[in-house]
Amino acid sequence: MTNSNPVISCKNVWKLFGFAPEKYLKNLPENKSYEEIQADGYIAGVKDVSVDVFKGEMLVIMGLSGSGKSTLLRCMSRLHDITGGTIAIDDQDIMSLEEKELIELRRNKMGMVFQSFGLLPHRSVLENVAFPLEMRGQNKHDRRDRALEVIKLVGLEGREDYFPRELSGGQQQRVGIARSLAIEPDIWFLDEPFSALDPLIRREMQDEFLRLQDMLGKTIIFVTHDFDEALRLADRIAIMKDGAIEQCDTPDKIVLNPATEYVAKFTQEIDTARVVRAKTLMKPGNKKSISGPALSENATIQELARTLINDTRKEFPIQNESGKITGTMNRQEALEVLLGDE
Amino acid sequence: MQNSISDKYKIINDKSILWSLLALSILFVIAKIIGVLPEFLNRMPEEAIPRYAETLDKGFNNNRDWMTSITRFFSERLEFQLKVMAHLFYGARVHFFNPIDWVSLTFPATAFVYFIDGRKIALVTASVISLTAVLFTFFIGEETQLTFMWVFLGLSAVGAIYLIIKHEVMSPIIVLGIVSIYAVILNGYKLGPLPWSSIAATAAVLGYYLGGWRLALLGGGTFIWTALIGQWKLAMETLSVLVVAAPVSFVIGLMLGIAAWKFTKFDKFLRPLLSVLQTLPFFTYLLPAVIFFKVGPTAGAMATIIYAIPPMILMTTLGLKKVSPEIVEAGKMAGCSRFQMLSKVYIPAARTELLVGLNQVIMLCLAMVVLTAFIGMPGLGAKLLAMMNSFKLGRSFEIGVTIVLVAVMLDRLSKAWVVKQPVHFERGAPWWERHFFLLAAIVAFFGFMLFSMEVQFADQIGRKQHFSKGKEIDGLIKGFLDIDAVQAVTGWLRWFLITKVLIPFRDLLLWVPTSSFILFITVFSLWLGGKKPAIYAFLFFSFVASTGWWDRSVITLYTVISAVALAMIIGLPMAISAARSEKWSKRILLFCDTAQTFPSFIYLLPAIMLFGINDVAVIFSILIFTLVPLIRYTVEGLRGVPPEMTEAADMAGASRFQKLINVQLPLALPTMAVGFNQAIMFAFFMVIIAAFIGTQDLGQELQRTLAGTDLGKNFVLGLCVSLMALTFDQTIMSWTEKRKKALGLK
Repeated sequence: MTNSNPVISCKNVWKLFGFAPEKYLKNLPENKSYEEIQADGYIAGVKDVSVDVFKGEMLVIMGLSGSGKSTLLRCMSRLHDITGGTIAIDDQDIMSLEEKELIELRRNKMGMVFQSFGLLPHRSVLENVAFPLEMRGQNKHDRRDRALEVIKLVGLEGREDYFPRELSGGQQQRVGIARSLAIEPDIWFLDEPFSALDPLIRREMQDEFLRLQDMLGKTIIFVTHDFDEALRLADRIAIMKDGAIEQCDTPDKIVLNPATEYVAKFTQEIDTARVVRAKTLMKPGNKKSISGPALSENATIQELARTLINDTRKEFPIQNESGKITGTMNRQEALEVLLGDE
Repeated sequence: MQNSISDKYKIINDKSILWSLLALSILFVIAKIIGVLPEFLNRMPEEAIPRYAETLDKGFNNNRDWMTSITRFFSERLEFQLKVMAHLFYGARVHFFNPIDWVSLTFPATAFVYFIDGRKIALVTASVISLTAVLFTFFIGEETQLTFMWVFLGLSAVGAIYLIIKHEVMSPIIVLGIVSIYAVILNGYKLGPLPWSSIAATAAVLGYYLGGWRLALLGGGTFIWTALIGQWKLAMETLSVLVVAAPVSFVIGLMLGIAAWKFTKFDKFLRPLLSVLQTLPFFTYLLPAVIFFKVGPTAGAMATIIYAIPPMILMTTLGLKKVSPEIVEAGKMAGCSRFQMLSKVYIPAARTELLVGLNQVIMLCLAMVVLTAFIGMPGLGAKLLAMMNSFKLGRSFEIGVTIVLVAVMLDRLSKAWVVKQPVHFERGAPWWERHFFLLAAIVAFFGFMLFSMEVQFADQIGRKQHFSKGKEIDGLIKGFLDIDAVQAVTGWLRWFLITKVLIPFRDLLLWVPTSSFILFITVFSLWLGGKKPAIYAFLFFSFVASTGWWDRSVITLYTVISAVALAMIIGLPMAISAARSEKWSKRILLFCDTAQTFPSFIYLLPAIMLFGINDVAVIFSILIFTLVPLIRYTVEGLRGVPPEMTEAADMAGASRFQKLINVQLPLALPTMAVGFNQAIMFAFFMVIIAAFIGTQDLGQELQRTLAGTDLGKNFVLGLCVSLMALTFDQTIMSWTEKRKKALGLK
């Protein structure tokens, strides 16, 4: 997964709001803080961000409101034009695209889901889902077939002729998801897709979303302000504050080693054992000396809690999905994660 | 810190300007009393008055030829549509088809089909129509035209069948609809006039579709009333202009609105123009229409179209700006091109505002169509004018009822369309269930058409068949007015108002020196609205003074001020007591809503009935006209006070009166000011119409210009009215904005 070229590659991306921002950015001295820039009358939506997203990976951008997470997402889809730096999609600089090329890119490679759904109120579910297909000029029969297929995928069968206002929030977002998937995009942008839903539905939609991702394996940029959601879904999490990325890493590494105080504030409340997986604590190498049943590398420490307490071996063998032993985990270390640092 | 000091300084500065201007104004007045005021400060000397009107006339006369040749082109196209509609609605004869008219039909038809069905079909439509047009140029003569009508119909039918096979059911039905409209137009001189029962039945079905049996009753009932009372032809004369003018206004307004939304510069250029256009008295619309377009329906339609455009522009820009950013982004991410963005995302998403705009367009068109009676447009307005002139109150009353019914019906139906949401059908619903109302309308329309072929009464109601009770009502009204008590009351009111209030007030205003008048208005604007409105007030009123129509302007102003003041004395207590109970608020709001849809001309009726033809009738008609917005906004403002605030007042032990004075009124005042502003605008509008009763103000002069070709004078007079109205508008609205901000209501 890491060897290939990144699907999306952001290098020193800036997005400033204000009067003639390019000129201001050019003369901007290094290490100027967010507040100092604000004092000059500019808002740094995205501040010197570099991040790569690889094929099939889910990057969750996490931050509080105003941290610039949605702005970064919109820069990647070029809904915003960036002020400085480069964003490349499949090695193509998207800022250099003509309007037509950009439209082509969006018609064929990108799908996006919005926080308040962004459904067209005058179109039925079927027509909403078929909308991107209609825009690229597919004929009526094809787009109907494809739309029905995706509607079935998100579990809205039988509601094709409903209008958005006749659906519940969760169902509306299913329509939004179906619409974004209709063109079979390579890159899937999701802007706080579940934030407008109530907690129970949100949980259900997250499960649904994981199911879809298991099936489809898209490259995903997922924006959320909910740290729990980020931990649940992400391959990697980028935590943003004041337009800049504070830390970008896998969930368990963020929980175990928060890079800044700001990140630590989020992780404090988190039950580490529920996030950290055996793989993270594992030391590679197959020590034959240890006998007994092996533990799955993808199990969280919490899931292993019973074994860790009852099984008194000092080291546990760890096996990957195919059952091959890949390393060992120290029981003491695991127990520390489970019980806290005291 | 620095900011607040400079703010303080500014306030002191503003205040000192305010006081010194006021002092200056009073100084001039005192000077006049003593008799030392130089004459040029009292009134503009004659020789110093610039010759605006003459200059305008000269400029106009030099360019008259090419300007009229352009407008003639448009008016002839319009005339064609008007004639077809006139034929359909009341059987006027249409004899000719101009090939250019055919081509002019191509554009709307093609655009329509494009939005429904896409490029290919639009091309087919365009080519079929143009082909027919070309053929027509070579074969003129009614027999040949008929032949080609069949060719055309055959082609359209083939197209429709092709569509049925290729696509789903909906689009061919619409195409068929278009085809039948064309057939009707083509065959126009054979089809009309449509039987009244057909139209009434279709209106009832439409009403039911839009808003249930109440609207069905309103839709059908209005037409049944009109037919039975014997005013069918009059109403159709009015409506045939409306059905042409309203769509044209809507489309032009939409286009300009889109342009203003897309290009900020255009928007900035358009805004002040729109403010002036919206306050120009309607006479100023009428004279250019008469001069540039042919007299009669075409000129009337043209004036109507232009009059109804500004609000549509404003609603369009508002609607497009309000489209939620996520929907816009969703459109972009779906890969919409610019045109797709506009046609498939923005315009459908702004549906509500656009339809509200359509409602306003329809209502303004109706109001204007009725008023075009002044330039000889036949129809309900002309008849009402004639009946009032000859003091036939019974017939006037009946026509008034018809106009009101038509207005209420159009308003309710179009408003019902605004809130109508699409509803899905269960899967597998048969096609006739999906298009039930369309089919019902078609069946009702053609069913009654066939029926009326057999039963003459359902077709046209003849001279002696109608149920008009004009004479009886006339007797009733005159009998009521003859009752001593009534006469005593109206007589006393007339005497009291004229000799004790109106005349002294008018003389006072006329006595005040021009310079001090302008200064006083400026001070008022500065005090209430701030610096910017004050500058406008000064410039606007100085312009009015410089036109040489000062005295007439002051009389106009006096009429407006006295009427609005009286309306406040009557309306505010009514509104405040109504606002106390939920039930009464609802009732009174419903009443105001309905009354606001009446064309302004109607308000003259009760005034003339009660007071005859004099100043009091003028004031009275303005008064009842302005009562509507005053009461409405006061009730809305008071009801809109957040309940936690009145609850807090209750818990603080405030008495009802204390609560009203300390909590409700201050919070409702910005909303009430909007109503007050609207009342003044309405008054400026009405005072011009009241010229019909006989006034000595600008309206009278304006009405006189209609008889001649004094375009320059007409324009200058119109501008005087507009600028005076705008001064108040600017001042009050700027105060409202400030107040709302201060109260945190925004």
